[in-house]
Amino acid sequence: MPLSPDDVAHVAMLARLGLSEEERHRIGLQLDVILEHISALERADISDIPETAQVGNLVNVWRDDEPAPSLSQQEALVNAPDTDGEYFKVGAIQE
Amino acid sequence: MTTQTVGLGVDSAYEAVIGLEVHAQLLTRSKMFCSCSAAYTNAPANGNCCPVCLGMPGVLPVMNRQAVEMTVRTALALDCEIPAFTKFDRKNYFYPDLPKGYQISQYDLPMSLRGHLDFTVNEERARCGITRVHLEEDTGTMHHAGDVLQEATSSLVDLNRSGVPLMEIVSEPDLRSADAAREYLVRLRQLLMYIGVNDGNLEQGSLRCDANVSVRKFGVSELGTKVEVKNMNSFRAVHRAIDFEIARQVAVLEQGGALLQETRGWVETRAATVSQRSKEMAHDYRYFPEPDLPPLQLGRELVERIRSELPELPEARAARLAEQYGLSTYDAALLTASREDADAYEELVDAGVSAKVAANWQMGDVAALANQHHRSLVDSGVGVVGLATLLRLLEDGTINGPTAKELLAELYEHGGDAALLVRERGLGQVSDRAALTVIVDEVIAANAQACEDFRGGKAQALGRLVGQVMKAAGGRAEPALVNSLLRERLSA
Repeated sequence: MPLSPDDVAHVAMLARLGLSEEERHRIGLQLDVILEHISALERADISDIPETAQVGNLVNVWRDDEPAPSLSQQEALVNAPDTDGEYFKVGAIQE
Repeated sequence: MTTQTVGLGVDSAYEAVIGLEVHAQLLTRSKMFCSCSAAYTNAPANGNCCPVCLGMPGVLPVMNRQAVEMTVRTALALDCEIPAFTKFDRKNYFYPDLPKGYQISQYDLPMSLRGHLDFTVNEERARCGITRVHLEEDTGTMHHAGDVLQEATSSLVDLNRSGVPLMEIVSEPDLRSADAAREYLVRLRQLLMYIGVNDGNLEQGSLRCDANVSVRKFGVSELGTKVEVKNMNSFRAVHRAIDFEIARQVAVLEQGGALLQETRGWVETRAATVSQRSKEMAHDYRYFPEPDLPPLQLGRELVERIRSELPELPEARAARLAEQYGLSTYDAALLTASREDADAYEELVDAGVSAKVAANWQMGDVAALANQHHRSLVDSGVGVVGLATLLRLLEDGTINGPTAKELLAELYEHGGDAALLVRERGLGQVSDRAALTVIVDEVIAANAQACEDFRGGKAQALGRLVGQVMKAAGGRAEPALVNSLLRERLSA
């Protein structure tokens, strides 16, 4: 089932992508092709296979609760597009 | 379960349906998925972060084992089931305090399910179901530049809190009044503090509470439209916000209106809940399993070990104390309000102080001094051991009540050795019958009017005479002996 224009607009909004009408149309067609390709998986018989989200066969990978030094404030901020020297600075967020 | 009825009359009476979502920061030393310190307020802004909690690409989170165990401990204390398999998921949304663009949380296979918390509300026993207790990570914090929010051109982000272990406790919609919701929260907070997983600080947000509130007419089984209420940072705010929200919803329905499913924030200064439209946007979190974290299989052995390490829980302890030491239900509840208080009480009794005296002093003078100095008994100068010494001196008659009271106030603030002070300052109680008789006779001779009043039937005149004797004896006379000597001499 092809994606509706509303689906494309919704996904773009969730990804915070400002797309023009032309882009939405073009990307919608591309998404359709990708989904069609992936849908080949639906034809596999998985009735005997338990559901999993992991294939590494690892469980209970954890560490003990020991603190270690963090980066300095300066190091933490070094790649930020904008700071005031102490904080990351972003556009005004109003609740 | 106590039911709150609101509305215009019997026919139009509504009942409230309330469930609480409580978030509790765990008392670990390090963060949930990295080794940065969890004491995030001790560092300068963004001075408590690493590539993992800053959300840098290519990093790998690793679970904090103690955070997992604390969540299991909480779940067991709430009688939850611990499934054999649990995993983490990504909850996707954009907000500047969430640098990865997703929060690591738990979606369809949480760490625990189906528990309950019992409590008493308005003298009725109540039970609230616990839907689930799961583990996730906290976000960073936002500061808004400029004095006036509306005029701010930028917001400031501090990621020190990002990644601190956060436990979410979701209740069933079993609560039927603001009173019940508050009591549930009081008891849940007490429990979390008892088992040492959270510091219980609602004001500073290490413990947070959101409420899902709806109303429906009595006898209706379907749930009404649910409103999520946020921004309540005290027990009082929780109570007031829920009461307000119930009344607001009933008023809308009574006027023929329809309720909106929305998020509303409690605004203390307006004493009202206010719609938070921004939070409505895109509640489409596209959860999917966290590929960077292998799942957990918490075996029976681990779960049973954690269960065996649970301390005696507050309700059980209050019941035992009442039974074992002959305390009233009320006193037992007060003495077990915190684990520290309950431990102190039992240490006093174990040190030879009688159950009654220990209870009276702990709930009376000690509680008052703790309030006055903002220092608990354990942290005070006197300490539990010092208090036990002092109360034994009182009980064996070495000192009298007023002296004990004065000494306690001094020791609480400055510390010291009670027995030594009593010797050095000669505070020992005067119980010498002959010596006191001399003083009693002097007082009788000097207070003819009071003596006549007493003999004439004015019982309170005796109190004045007792006071005079105590004064003459430097406050150290044994009160009961003074009393009986006075009666004896006056009736002679």
